[in-house]
Amino acid sequence: MAVMVIPDSISDPVPDPAPDRDAVVCRDLRKSFGSVRAVEAVSFTLRRGELLALLGPSGCGKTTVLRLIAGLERPDGGTIHLGGRMVSGPGVFVRANRRRVGLVFQDYALFPHMTVEKNIAYGLAGRDNRRQRVAEMLALVGLDGLGGRYPHALSGGQQQRVALARALAPQPGMVLLDEPFSNLDVALRRQVREDVQRILRDAGVSAILVTHDQEEAMSLADRIGLLFDGALHQLGTPRDLYERPASRRAALFMGAANLVPGHAQGTLARTPLGEVRLIQPCRGAVEVVLRPEELILSGAGDGAPAVVARQTYTGARQDVWVTLRDAALSLHVTCHAGALWQAGQPVSVHVDGAALAFPALPDSTSAV
Amino acid sequence: MTQRRFALILFAVSLPLAALLLLPVGYLIVRAGAVEPERAITYLTRPGTLRVAGRSLLLMATVAAAACAVAIPAAWLTVRSDLRGRRAWTVLLTMPLVIPSYVGALALVSALGQRGTVRGWLAPLGVERLPSLYGFWGAWLALTLFSYPYVFLSVRAGLRGLDPALEEASYTLGRSQLATFWHVTLRQLLPSISAGALLVALYTLSDFGAVAIMQYNVFTRAIYLRLSLDLELAALLSVVLIALTAGLLAAVALAERRGTYYTRRTPRPPRRVRLGRWQAAAQAFCGLVVLLALVAPMGVLALWLVNGLQQGEALRDVLAPLQRSLRAAGLAAAVSGVAALPFVFLQVRYPGPLTGLLARGAYLGYALPGVVVGLAFVFLGANVLHELGARVGQADYRSLGLLVFAYTVRFLPQALGPARASLLQVNPHLEESALTLGRSYPRALISVTLPLMRSGVLAGAALVFLTVMKELPITLLLAPTGYDTLATRIWSASSEAFYARAAAPALILVVISAVSLVYILEPDG
Repeated sequence: MAVMVIPDSISDPVPDPAPDRDAVVCRDLRKSFGSVRAVEAVSFTLRRGELLALLGPSGCGKTTVLRLIAGLERPDGGTIHLGGRMVSGPGVFVRANRRRVGLVFQDYALFPHMTVEKNIAYGLAGRDNRRQRVAEMLALVGLDGLGGRYPHALSGGQQQRVALARALAPQPGMVLLDEPFSNLDVALRRQVREDVQRILRDAGVSAILVTHDQEEAMSLADRIGLLFDGALHQLGTPRDLYERPASRRAALFMGAANLVPGHAQGTLARTPLGEVRLIQPCRGAVEVVLRPEELILSGAGDGAPAVVARQTYTGARQDVWVTLRDAALSLHVTCHAGALWQAGQPVSVHVDGAALAFPALPDSTSAV
Repeated sequence: MTQRRFALILFAVSLPLAALLLLPVGYLIVRAGAVEPERAITYLTRPGTLRVAGRSLLLMATVAAAACAVAIPAAWLTVRSDLRGRRAWTVLLTMPLVIPSYVGALALVSALGQRGTVRGWLAPLGVERLPSLYGFWGAWLALTLFSYPYVFLSVRAGLRGLDPALEEASYTLGRSQLATFWHVTLRQLLPSISAGALLVALYTLSDFGAVAIMQYNVFTRAIYLRLSLDLELAALLSVVLIALTAGLLAAVALAERRGTYYTRRTPRPPRRVRLGRWQAAAQAFCGLVVLLALVAPMGVLALWLVNGLQQGEALRDVLAPLQRSLRAAGLAAAVSGVAALPFVFLQVRYPGPLTGLLARGAYLGYALPGVVVGLAFVFLGANVLHELGARVGQADYRSLGLLVFAYTVRFLPQALGPARASLLQVNPHLEESALTLGRSYPRALISVTLPLMRSGVLAGAALVFLTVMKELPITLLLAPTGYDTLATRIWSASSEAFYARAAAPALILVVISAVSLVYILEPDG
């Protein structure tokens, strides 16, 4: 029998002791479009200088949360505080142009009829040191000398940085980034990601990043908020989410995992791989979450006997799929690319360390 | 046959075809150039000529400006506001396109003129006279009312293609709604606005019907009037007019090319602005435009029809002109549809400077006002064909064949557009796979490419058909004696002030144009 409780949505445990010190405080945010509930009871806090990633599959409501914070949508309920000031709440709605929130759009939304300089200066209307500030921003994003160009004459990565510079130029209280890397090709993405992270750190600005790419979220963010179906499912550091996912679904979303059926009694679970130590005690029919790198293959040993089904080599490592002898169970294992395993080769499978287990679903037998 | 050989044959066919299309206007230009320079300069700098040029430019600029003033708010209301009934308003505001300018002008004169319907209504109130509609104001009003939809459609398309993220970006950067509209929205719309306004300017400069009925002496009417007095001076005026229209067309092309810098994609539908207490004013604005540009002229036509029937006009009399219009338009459509094929094929499949030049020659008709094409043929007829005809014992050079030829010169571009679009959609790999399956190149084209192009070619031919149906100046100048069509029937009824007789042909033309509107609204049409 299952004993572990899976929360449908969770709240940030810290109930904002010093609201003026936090960049964003969202409480119980709700928003529907017609009959579609895009955001349901979302609460979280963005600390000053922090980079938070909102992660989730497409359609989970993460972009809507961003648009609510920017003031481009009106919430149906809940409150938003920016730097201690309520900008959205009962009887309060501060318009987007009065919020001092920078937003980097997924498609950058650079003004095509303005040069790079004019784009960056756009949010500086009426300020004294516009020229100087534009030069600073160009230097910050590494585009000195390109101020006179038009957006269409820039590469995707350069457009990205212009969009970031434009959002940062008016010194906003915080910056929101909506899928900022999704329009870049893979080769460019890693480089631009590092650039953006550096720029945000140098500017010392608090930021929320929306993405559906867990690797992107993990490599960039201080904390990750995992959103499913409009609700905040789990909030924590990248390591928390990967190693202590709150649910089976979260575990699968955060990375490849084998779900091995077993029977738990306290901190031990009996599985086709033998006894597995559990991080949290559990009882009854369970699925043990085993990441591919938590399994160890050896040519001969006292582990569970299996046969290599297939193997792919990706340079730094190899992915091996093995089938257990005694159970109709296929497992995904990654190991370093020393000697390569061959299909048909008999192997022995070990579990390295302790694992998480979740109460089994009625029909769950598969590995992912 | 190899592709190369086939292309050479196509080239050999389309070269003389292009030459034939260019011949009349070329002859016109050569003859205009043959006028002694001194005489030409004296004529062109005469106060009378300068006044004609001034009127043309004034009318062009004021009509384009007025069309923008009407169309930009209308487009914004129907796309970006919560205007009630915006779908219906969109259709109604586009509908004035179906009214040929001379029909609309005639209706305006009859309704608002000094002896018109409205004066009749106002007479009991003691209004004896209305200001004269003839001249600038009448021409300006008629052309604005029946051409503003070009700007309306263009700006609507621009507004719909606008990425809402641009405006949102402006808000998040701290700018107000008004500042955003000015700095971002309007700037984004400039290409659409200028493209639409240039089309209206071209329409105004080329129009003959409305200015003739309003008796406003601009280039087209001056050429028409000069024609019977001095052909060579009319040719001189035509060359000036061609230069103006060609300049406008170049500007249109430039505006469209500039427009392509802008990303046109709509990830989300734009948000609509709530009109609130402005709703009633917006409704009144749209209502007034539709009343003037659509309801009034259509009402006048209906009134004429009823009056005419009461006075014993027989609807039967319309049948013969209708048949003649159908025959001429059908022939022109067939000829244009077929003639378009080699040009389009060379341009799309063998792009290069030479084929580009050929295609540009075929598109020449866009730059030629109907009056100029008519004049070119009259010129050719009077000087060349007349002698040929005299030898074979035919006194009049005008014939149905010549009429269809002239229509083709003028309207071939309308057939080229859709045919080109449809060929661009046929992947050349399809032809190549037919080749690898053993078909010869011409057979591959006939069995694969042509069937796939059919809808585009037919659409182009249909567009030519519908435009020829309502064409006026070429028909007036070149139709053989006794060959009166719907358009010439309306024209003669207007000059004799027998408005009732014009009603039935006019209504038929409006219905036919309404069909053509469907093509105009197609993105590629």
